[in-house]
Amino acid sequence: MQPLASVNEFVIRFANVNGTGSASANNLFAKAVFRMGVPVSPKNIFPSNIQGLPTWYEVRVSERGYLGRRGGVDMVVAMNPQSFAQDLACLEPGGYLLYDSTKPLDPRYRRDDVQFIGIPCTEICRREFADPRQRLLLKNMVYIGALAALLDLEFAVLRDLVGEQFKGKEKLIAANIHALELGYQYAAEHYACPLELRVARADAVGDRILMEGNDALALGCIYGGATVAAWYPITPSTSVIDAFEKYAKRLRIDPGTGDHLYAIVQAEDELAAIGVAIGAGWNGARGFTATSGPGLSLMSEFLGLAYFAEVPVVLIDVQRAGPSTGMPTRTQQSDLFAAAYASHGDTKHVLLLPASPTECFEFGALAFDLADRLQTPVIVLSDLDLGMNDHVCDPLTWEDGREYDRGKVLSAADLDALKERFGRYLDVDGDGIPYRTYPGTHPEKGAFFTRGTSRDEYAVYTEDGEAYVRNMERLLRKFETAKSLVPKPEFRPARQETREGVIFFGTSTPAALEALDLLAAEGHHFDALRIRAFPFTAEVEAFLEAHERIYVIEQNRDGQLRKMLIIECEVDPKKLKSVRHYDGMPITARNIAGQIRALKGATVTPLRRKKTG
Amino acid sequence: MTYIRPNFRHPALPRNELGYTRRDYEGALSTLCAGCGHDSVSGAIIQACFELAIPPHRVGKLSGIGCSSKTPTYFLGRSHGFNTVHGRMPSVATGAALANRELVYIGVSGDGDTASIGLGQFAHVIRRNLDMLYIVENNGCYGLTKGQDSATADVGSASKKGVPNPYPPIDLCAMALDLGATFVARSFSGDKRQLVPLIKAGIAHRGFAFIDVISPCVTFNNTPQSTKSYDYVREHLASTGTLDFVPVRQEITADYEAGYTEEVTLHDGSVIHLYKEPDLDVHDRHAALRAIREHKEAGRILTGLLYVDPDSADLHEVLQTVKTPLRDLTAKELCPGSRALDAINASKR
Ligand SMILES: Cc1ncc(C[n+]2csc(CCOP(=O)(O)OP(=O)(O)O)c2C)c(N)n1
Ligand code: SF4
Ligand SMILES: [Mg+2]
Repeated sequence: MQPLASVNEFVIRFANVNGTGSASANNLFAKAVFRMGVPVSPKNIFPSNIQGLPTWYEVRVSERGYLGRRGGVDMVVAMNPQSFAQDLACLEPGGYLLYDSTKPLDPRYRRDDVQFIGIPCTEICRREFADPRQRLLLKNMVYIGALAALLDLEFAVLRDLVGEQFKGKEKLIAANIHALELGYQYAAEHYACPLELRVARADAVGDRILMEGNDALALGCIYGGATVAAWYPITPSTSVIDAFEKYAKRLRIDPGTGDHLYAIVQAEDELAAIGVAIGAGWNGARGFTATSGPGLSLMSEFLGLAYFAEVPVVLIDVQRAGPSTGMPTRTQQSDLFAAAYASHGDTKHVLLLPASPTECFEFGALAFDLADRLQTPVIVLSDLDLGMNDHVCDPLTWEDGREYDRGKVLSAADLDALKERFGRYLDVDGDGIPYRTYPGTHPEKGAFFTRGTSRDEYAVYTEDGEAYVRNMERLLRKFETAKSLVPKPEFRPARQETREGVIFFGTSTPAALEALDLLAAEGHHFDALRIRAFPFTAEVEAFLEAHERIYVIEQNRDGQLRKMLIIECEVDPKKLKSVRHYDGMPITARNIAGQIRALKGATVTPLRRKKTG
Repeated sequence: MTYIRPNFRHPALPRNELGYTRRDYEGALSTLCAGCGHDSVSGAIIQACFELAIPPHRVGKLSGIGCSSKTPTYFLGRSHGFNTVHGRMPSVATGAALANRELVYIGVSGDGDTASIGLGQFAHVIRRNLDMLYIVENNGCYGLTKGQDSATADVGSASKKGVPNPYPPIDLCAMALDLGATFVARSFSGDKRQLVPLIKAGIAHRGFAFIDVISPCVTFNNTPQSTKSYDYVREHLASTGTLDFVPVRQEITADYEAGYTEEVTLHDGSVIHLYKEPDLDVHDRHAALRAIREHKEAGRILTGLLYVDPDSADLHEVLQTVKTPLRDLTAKELCPGSRALDAINASKR
């Protein structure tokens, strides 16, 4: 068996034990490749556990820029005896396995089509470092050092990264670099370096950055003027608030007094978290909360209140695999229904569907403008894959001088100038959006009672059916208006004219685009539409209209996006074919292409069972 | 700050310092049952705000769901109100108070709203020491859903249905004390003389002020077998002593009865004069808990100011938020701009 040979196109998987400090070392690897100008796509595959269970970090290296999960593994760094058999099994034929050769390899673990590379990481550390904790942590740096020799990483790049990571802690820098060198030397002395599988400096990154979606969302909230954050801890959304706090401490401190231009409340539960955000929104500040599936379920009563009482609020849902506690550390796009129609009665919510950290930043900030403009909840639907993994993406940009759109808010002067009686729920402009006032604005005018019960145009409680219906119809008008304000979908035409299309959103994007390239190479061409928001805009309707057959790609069991398109756009269900993947791992291009091929095959040549006499 | 005063002035009506009459603090007409205790509490809130000369539009009124939670419509019609969801007013109040620290926040809840569905939020708003007045209009039942027993109903107490309640009650004052509330009082809707100064003191108090007001439900829980009926409460009332509230601005001119045994100076400089029994130290949390228990064991309901800590740090102080209301900050103060973003981009390379 020939060893795999590839420059800048491969998948490497690190298998570690949770809680052994491998995360930062593995991260160093991904960042080093990125700094060498080669796009990378790392994925954390971690258990719902703090210490002791297996954890993986899978990095796809792709100079061509394919950043979805590819499927299959070319090299494994197998540092976890517990998962060794599994890690060996996942390798492609001709793949490489790097293991800790302090102890001889268990003879049961053999594969003739795999190259075994033994590096005595534990022994090296035992020899060189006295402190037991340090031994454990630096073991990770030893294998990174070995990889540098094997895969031809530039050592200077690693050295720089270590220097940046431990800035100001000279002792730590020295120890880490020493460990890297030991690994490097050992590999160089014992193996023919570099391997046929390796990295070579390229120029495929441009000005792009490497960032986690949650980090970018938090920054979007900072730039978007959020001042009140309320939350309850839940994976995978916790790091949104962690990052918000990190940035707020840096960017939102009054230089004179040291006072905070923000408030963060760790609430007692998600009911309270969204309640705090709604209270802030009602009183004119920009409030938000971040949660995941179980929290979204708890928040639904409050979402109905904010919808019906027309209070702006931003909710970030970083989706994970449901239902119930599901697979808390695995990804999915399965909260579409729960978010779009959250709460009892006739409710609909505006959803923003980012596909990259850059969009997380943009939509994070935009969400607050939309919530204020539309006076309604705006839900940003991210997911674990986007939120907790680094992604290569365009740099974040902000136009200086951009003001916040606070929507239709009347000041005391506006109220004085008002000839007619102020009606909080009066549709003055015909767009379904009424005017509001902040509490405490005017001594005599503009006060009203906010409630989840039915009321008339002047916010007076009523059980009059006609007034109720007028209000509900206005809310629908407002939702129509939302269509003109939310981000439009992104259209990517096929290279050849076609009546077939694909639709996808969020983190299905990179794998979907790669699948389209695979299929195009086989002569199958599809126009593509990436949906970026709900309600669906006119462009979505036009796309549905213009194509005879459309594959809807998504990461959930029930084909939620497809069903929403059918319901909301009243399109013929037969036209929409469902491509789904929902095992908790990010969707792959191979999987999508395979499903589309099968669906196409099924329609082109219907399978006929051969009758035997 | 300047406020436009009402232009029509009825010569006979008394005016407060800002020139407002009591009428300026009223709200819409109540739709509660005639004789409902809750209406008396609304009256006491109106009286207190009038006497304190709070600008009538500078209050945030918040409530949950229930007959009690409807009442914010019936007072302070010039202020904004928010009838939230059942049991979840404390969180909304938290967000509102964080957004604008310059308003006065009054939350009104019921015993169902607070002691059952909202018990968690109640506990945590206490822990946060949110600067607000939180009133529970406690009738021992769910008025709005037609009289089911609530979690504050005493064992053996029976509502109109006639079935004695088998479950032990939650004493909200004891719970508030235990959780670190910085102002705790109990009162009775029928005792305006006590309730009005308590509300005034509760509003002036910086931090979380809690008043559990026994407020009978005439329709469902005013039976002879109920311990939350008007008759029972009147007959079993005990008091920690009467009190006066002296706002900071009135100190020089006001003419108050002499003979108080203690004065408590609140954070804003206003003063509570206590005419009390010598045995309750209102600065001793444990003594308050003991007194509640001892009175209960003796079959009495202890009312009055139970505990106050005038110098506690409220949520704004704990979070070190700016003096300017957060809601008044603009993109200029809040948005770090493109240069800061460039630096962040550079760190992600
Ligand atoms: C989630 C939810 N569950 C149940 C109800 C029905 N409900 C309305 S008011 C109420 C009880 C109110 O009791 P209390 O707070 O004591 O107020 P009171 O009417 O006695 O003043 C209930 C159970 C509701 N509105 N929301
Ligand atoms: S039902 Fe009871 S609590 Fe409700 S308004 Fe009537 S008397 Fe008051
Ligand atoms: Mg009640």
